Amino acid sequence: MGEPGPWRAVADWLRTARELLTEFYVSPYRGAVARARRDQDDLFMLLAYSDLMGVPNPATYYTLELQPILLERFHEWHTRMGIPHSPLDGLKCC
Amino acid sequence: MNASVLAIVGLAAMVLGFRFYSKFIADKVYRLDPKFETPAHTMRDNVDFIPTNRFVLWGHHFTAVAGAAPIVGPGIAIIWGWAPAFAWVILGTIFFSGVHDFGAIWASVRNKAQSVGSFTGEVVSPRSRTLFMTVIFLVLLMVNAVFAVIMARELMGTPSSVIPVWSAIVVAIIIGTLIYKMGVGILWPTVVGTIVLYAMIFLGEQVPISVPNEFMGLAPGAQWILILFAYAAIASMLPVWLLLQPRDYINGIQLFIGLGLLFGAVFMANPTIVAPAWNSDVPTNAPPIVPLLFVTIACGAISGFHGLVGSGTTAKQLDKEPDARFVGYLGSLGEGSLALVTIIAVSAGFASLGEWKEMYSSFGDGGLTAFVHGGATILSSGFGLPFAFSETLLTVMAVLFAGTTMDASVRLQRYIVQEWGTIYKIPVLTNGYIATLIAVTACLILAFGAGGADGTGGMLIWPLFGTSNQLLAGLTLLVISVMLVKLGRPSVYTLVPMVFVTLMAFLAALHQLWQLYSTGQFMLVGIDVLIIIAAVMIMLEGSSALMRARRAQPSDPAALGQ
Repeated sequence: MGEPGPWRAVADWLRTARELLTEFYVSPYRGAVARARRDQDDLFMLLAYSDLMGVPNPATYYTLELQPILLERFHEWHTRMGIPHSPLDGLKCC
Repeated sequence: MNASVLAIVGLAAMVLGFRFYSKFIADKVYRLDPKFETPAHTMRDNVDFIPTNRFVLWGHHFTAVAGAAPIVGPGIAIIWGWAPAFAWVILGTIFFSGVHDFGAIWASVRNKAQSVGSFTGEVVSPRSRTLFMTVIFLVLLMVNAVFAVIMARELMGTPSSVIPVWSAIVVAIIIGTLIYKMGVGILWPTVVGTIVLYAMIFLGEQVPISVPNEFMGLAPGAQWILILFAYAAIASMLPVWLLLQPRDYINGIQLFIGLGLLFGAVFMANPTIVAPAWNSDVPTNAPPIVPLLFVTIACGAISGFHGLVGSGTTAKQLDKEPDARFVGYLGSLGEGSLALVTIIAVSAGFASLGEWKEMYSSFGDGGLTAFVHGGATILSSGFGLPFAFSETLLTVMAVLFAGTTMDASVRLQRYIVQEWGTIYKIPVLTNGYIATLIAVTACLILAFGAGGADGTGGMLIWPLFGTSNQLLAGLTLLVISVMLVKLGRPSVYTLVPMVFVTLMAFLAALHQLWQLYSTGQFMLVGIDVLIIIAAVMIMLEGSSALMRARRAQPSDPAALGQ
């Protein structure tokens, strides 16, 4: 972006156009996309924790190493699912 | 008279309206406060609530409200002559629509950015909230049915538009995938996507596609309607990022290009208006101009649909309260300008008065077909584009507008059905597939029930759609007026439009009741009766809420977030 003269102006103009177009593209659907992503994440949480809740699921073996990351979202997830306190004895987040 | 004179007068009036009237409303009525902290700041979550550039918000409001409806309405209403349609579009945009859209955003911002439907319960009465939901469902039902009929007509009438219209869906899916799955920047997909879309118009010219004259006993119109609803059902179930979002985006770009081309061509070609200013020789089946003009042109003069857009998403993203004027008022002027260019296309895009009369030989004729024909004539003489190419270009633009509205409103209808399932504890309704099926079936029953076996007579629904849309606008204006009375501010600037649109909608519904009954359209009679009941209830609710507010005046400004 360090070109001198007219190229600099064109590059600046393109950057502004890109920013405005991106905002124009993203902002009306930001909420809908975030909700859709959350729904998908919720399903993934269910799959990752189903074994611990008594639903046999071979995927647990493979998702075990994700537990430290998922744990951060665990409390938020179970409260959103309508379970006020942690459903797992081994995971007392609240 | 030359068309460019009409364009200049109309555009100048709108500019003056923005410069002076909207400023007066902003200063004296809504009293916008630059220091007021909008919900985008107080409730910021970077998802729904996020301060957004006002030009971007204006672009959204404009492209969300300007679709196929401001083209179809004036395209039909020109039958009474261009002068009444022109006057209603210009005055309606300046004094009604602008104040309504601007007010819906202001009211929503002052009520924690809730949608008008939600805070109606608190501001007016819980009963009026139920009324709101009912009218919204009716509007959605009719918009889907009538747009399917219109799109079917255009796809049949211009077979060269079939390839570009359907390839727009493929282009949208590719853009959505490139941006969300592959992290490509926006610029190149936009440029290449737009070029491909226009290239497809050339391909469509070479390879026109028609459905068979009869397939399993179905006429071509009926086949297209079924295909369109099957598509809408599938599209409304797909993730928003994959289809709806890029489709909406492409439409926005198309709208700017289309408006620029049309106005440019009007000034270049400067065609003469052949339609009469006042048509003294209207076809025998045309209803009286009052009240029908005011419901035939809803979008383009005032439309309740805008309130849903303004209060649903725009209010959550408004950075500063004074931006409401720029976004809401100027956004509705954008739609007014689309209605204005439609009036010019359908009054100056014909070779002679005789040709114009041939197009408008019966009420309900014209609409998109007249816009495409008239607009193509002006485009080809203004820029020297081939007539057939211009015709396909405008058909594609209009069908894409209608298609995107249909995608979004089938989705909204599904949400409403699912919500009913939750409220009335009918679990089966909460299933997305079942809810979509119910929504689409209801629309199909309406399209075929009103339009006959081939579905092409469905334009009968148009005035009814306008009527329910105007009622929705009346309800929003009522809510704004009640807020203003509670605050001890002048409410006449919203009350007069409210009384006018509600009264016209009520009179139009009464007139249509008789007409529909005498032609044996009993299903539409049922819908019309619902509309009449809703209109009476709005008037009753409105007067009692206003009396209550007046008695309680002056209120505690804190209650309204002052």
